[in-house]
Amino acid sequence: MNNREVMEERNEAKTLFGFWTYLMTDCVLFASLFATFAVLRHNTFGGPGGAELFNLPFVLAETLILLTSSFTCGLGMLYANRGFKNISLALFSVTFLLGASFLGLELHEFHKLAIEGNSWRRSGFLSAFFTLVGTHGAHISAGLIWMIVMITRVNLKGLTPRNLQRLKMLSMFWHFLDVVWIFIFSIVYLFGVI
Amino acid sequence: MFASLLGKLNTDALPKDLVTAGGAASMVFALLAIAGFLTYKRRWTWLYREWLTTSDPKKIGVMYIIVALIMLLRGLGDALMMRIQQATSVGAHQGFLDANHFQQVVSAHGTIMIFFVAMGLMFGLINWVVPLQLGSRDIAFPFLNATSFWLFAAGMALINLSLIVGEFSAAGWLAYPPLSELQYSPGVGVDYWIWALQIAGVGSLLSGINFFVTIIKMRAPGMSLMKMPMFCWSVLGTMSLVIFAFPILTATLGMLALDRTIGTHFFTSGGGGNAMMYVNLIWAWGHPEVYILVIPAFGVYSEIVATFSRKPLFGYKSMVGAIWGIVFLSFIVWLHHFFTMGAGADVNAFFGIMTMLISIPTGVKIFNWLFTMYRGRIQLTSPMYWFFGFIMLFTLGGVAGVILAIPPADFQLHNSLFLVAHFHTMIVAGVVFGYMAGLTYWFPKLFGFKLNEKLGKYAAVCWIGGFVLAFTPLYILGLMGATRRMDHYDASLGWQWLFIVAAFGVGLILLGVGFQILQFIVSIVLRDNHRDLTGDPWNGRTLEWSVSSPPPKYNFALIPKADKIDAFWAAKQDKSASKTPEYEDIYLPKNTPFSMIIAGFAFLVGFGITWHIWWLALASFVGIIASIAIRTSDEETEYRIPASEIKKMETAA
Amino acid sequence: MENKPHKSSHNHDTHTPSVSSYVGGFILSLILTLTAYFLVQRHVSTEHTAISHGVLVFMITLLALIQLLVQLTFFLHVDTEKKPRWNLTVMLMALVFLVIVVLGSIWIMNNLNYHMDSNQDQINKYIRSQGDL
Repeated sequence: MNNREVMEERNEAKTLFGFWTYLMTDCVLFASLFATFAVLRHNTFGGPGGAELFNLPFVLAETLILLTSSFTCGLGMLYANRGFKNISLALFSVTFLLGASFLGLELHEFHKLAIEGNSWRRSGFLSAFFTLVGTHGAHISAGLIWMIVMITRVNLKGLTPRNLQRLKMLSMFWHFLDVVWIFIFSIVYLFGVI
Repeated sequence: MFASLLGKLNTDALPKDLVTAGGAASMVFALLAIAGFLTYKRRWTWLYREWLTTSDPKKIGVMYIIVALIMLLRGLGDALMMRIQQATSVGAHQGFLDANHFQQVVSAHGTIMIFFVAMGLMFGLINWVVPLQLGSRDIAFPFLNATSFWLFAAGMALINLSLIVGEFSAAGWLAYPPLSELQYSPGVGVDYWIWALQIAGVGSLLSGINFFVTIIKMRAPGMSLMKMPMFCWSVLGTMSLVIFAFPILTATLGMLALDRTIGTHFFTSGGGGNAMMYVNLIWAWGHPEVYILVIPAFGVYSEIVATFSRKPLFGYKSMVGAIWGIVFLSFIVWLHHFFTMGAGADVNAFFGIMTMLISIPTGVKIFNWLFTMYRGRIQLTSPMYWFFGFIMLFTLGGVAGVILAIPPADFQLHNSLFLVAHFHTMIVAGVVFGYMAGLTYWFPKLFGFKLNEKLGKYAAVCWIGGFVLAFTPLYILGLMGATRRMDHYDASLGWQWLFIVAAFGVGLILLGVGFQILQFIVSIVLRDNHRDLTGDPWNGRTLEWSVSSPPPKYNFALIPKADKIDAFWAAKQDKSASKTPEYEDIYLPKNTPFSMIIAGFAFLVGFGITWHIWWLALASFVGIIASIAIRTSDEETEYRIPASEIKKMETAA
Repeated sequence: MENKPHKSSHNHDTHTPSVSSYVGGFILSLILTLTAYFLVQRHVSTEHTAISHGVLVFMITLLALIQLLVQLTFFLHVDTEKKPRWNLTVMLMALVFLVIVVLGSIWIMNNLNYHMDSNQDQINKYIRSQGDL
């Protein structure tokens, strides 16, 4: 490899490390929201709590959809690394559809709660719930926008080193969001109903 | 219809009283004067090309420092107003500020000094020094770095705008709820505060990631971590604190913003909110923040003491250990800021003990600096003046901190002027003196000439003496029961003479600032007398002194091999003949307007949410996303300097 | 910059994973998720009597932590990073500080709520006794 290629490889190493470090800061952000949720979990102000509000089968569906999307994303990255542009694009498109479904289900859940009078204005508990789950949803939305952009770019320009690097960051981001969801599922929903 | 387009904004927002109008007018006038000067000298293109769109950390550092020093003047103005108010508002006299304005001045003073002066000076020096000390040509993510600076500037712009349009927060520099909630602060002040800090905070977080990665991944070959200059170690520890503490601030400010805009109940008095949780979270960030401010200053002292004692820094390994001890401990002490909020003895005792423990690694550092000086050949330059001021005052102020760490004592002293004196000792004698010393020390490297030493010494003496005069009365007043943030007090208390002494102290500090301004002017006018022609004006020990002053754009034509501590000092001792250099092509980041554009949109988001101009906030948010998408689609973000040109520049020098 | 499709750059930081590792990770995560779900389902459907509350909390936490490790290993490949393992280091630092802030906050706020009479059960009882809001 010539000088330039060595430099580009070092660039990729530091860019991926930088992105990973950013994900670690995002962990602390979510941790603050989790801590707030834990502290406010009983502050229902006379209103309903998790046991009354959460529909567990619905949440399970969301969880399985997101988990599957993390799986297809991982496969998409695998095939991209091996140079299979079309298979990789198909897998990322499936990931996108699953992610969009997840978001749709979540928005449906939020809407239902809001029109019943159980929006974030109702109590500290609901404020914390909507913010924690909503922040995760906002990250998912950002990921979906990023995914569309990447699918377009890979379609147009192929699996260039730059696109590959960005796909790696995107898939790290997507896996990270599923990891955070494990804890939302367990701490918010499962703990909430027992 | 047009009214709703502007949300809550209308002509009522303009200043209505003399003091505010005066402040606003002078700011507008200053901006117009600068714009006029640039137009007259036809320097707009130069400004845009050389400074506003740069990705060079050396220049970005200069811009950080300029913003910080300007904000220092504003913060000192607030301080002067507070001292005058407290020296005169006794008994029958109200003083020249009413209660609401006084609280806005108090809040602005703290917010500006911590977020824009201290953080600005810190990031400015880090931008200047770290790549050069590491033997690197650039930092890890140049575009991100430029964006961080512009986000910082956007936050500054919001705070300054609040003086002209609307009002500022009157809820203190940390805006505790319920006071900062809509019910008790219905105006735009707290919103300005939230968004200025949220935007600047994102900038800081991104810089934290940037410098963390730079230090880990971009050191010169041979420079293992344990051979790095101590300043770089201090920056690594600090950036670790930044990346793990700032997200807490983002989350907490975000939740307060949600309470104020969409009606959530995180910290409200009713609805199931818990205001104590805000205090808990904000200090979980706030305590690491004050260590973020001071640890790089410690790093500056390490560099300065070693250079001006003409000895290697004593106890390199224990210094590194002390940094990490402080970093770790600073995450487990935060409750000492609210001992009196009502936790039980077990919780208070734990945090009290942890707090006292932090003095141990700090003490290790103090002794190491003293041992470095012992048997050294000390040069009493102006940076050393700042250091001596620091070592005496910071030690005393630190002892006051240990007193405050005892919960029962804190029940008497919490929120008293004793506390105010303690933390000002830490921040002024620790942080500010350190960054002033660093500015003087590294100025010749960045600009090619030294600052006038005599004037620098006068400035340091005035600051040190002024600080003692301004804050010793406050220690005494605190022990006598005086509370912080008072805009008026009873004559029978007998406190007034102490406040008058304190006001003279601020006067002396301002004299010091006057000497500093004079120092800049004299040094620039007489710069040929102070030229640094060798690149090594202080007989330095670390790599930044091995390049010319100012350095070339690319820092190092040849990446140095740095396999010893104090690599440059080692190279100077090694008199063996150097080989003929083989130059290579160098790639540097191109200029880009996108950093400014993204920050400009961020400013509009903050302004829009503050004034409830929802369409503006939303459109600007979309603008940020679009800018990121456009910028990341740019394939050609670097330009090449061919080896032949490097050779020409190096041999011509 | 070349535009044609590019074979994988030599991954010097991680060794290339295989399809089976992703499948394995997926199946394990599925099992862990469904186990936690059905434990809670059973508990709720038997009027919160089937399993003791404390045991249930412990089990759900354990299952979540195991799934975290599974996803870190099989999806994020944290284990295959070559030395020096900076990704792991930064992650461990984040974990340590995160645990301190979360557990510390819960400990502090519990303590404060107790001492400062912010007992939510009492507050909720009082509000409900006031009738419809």
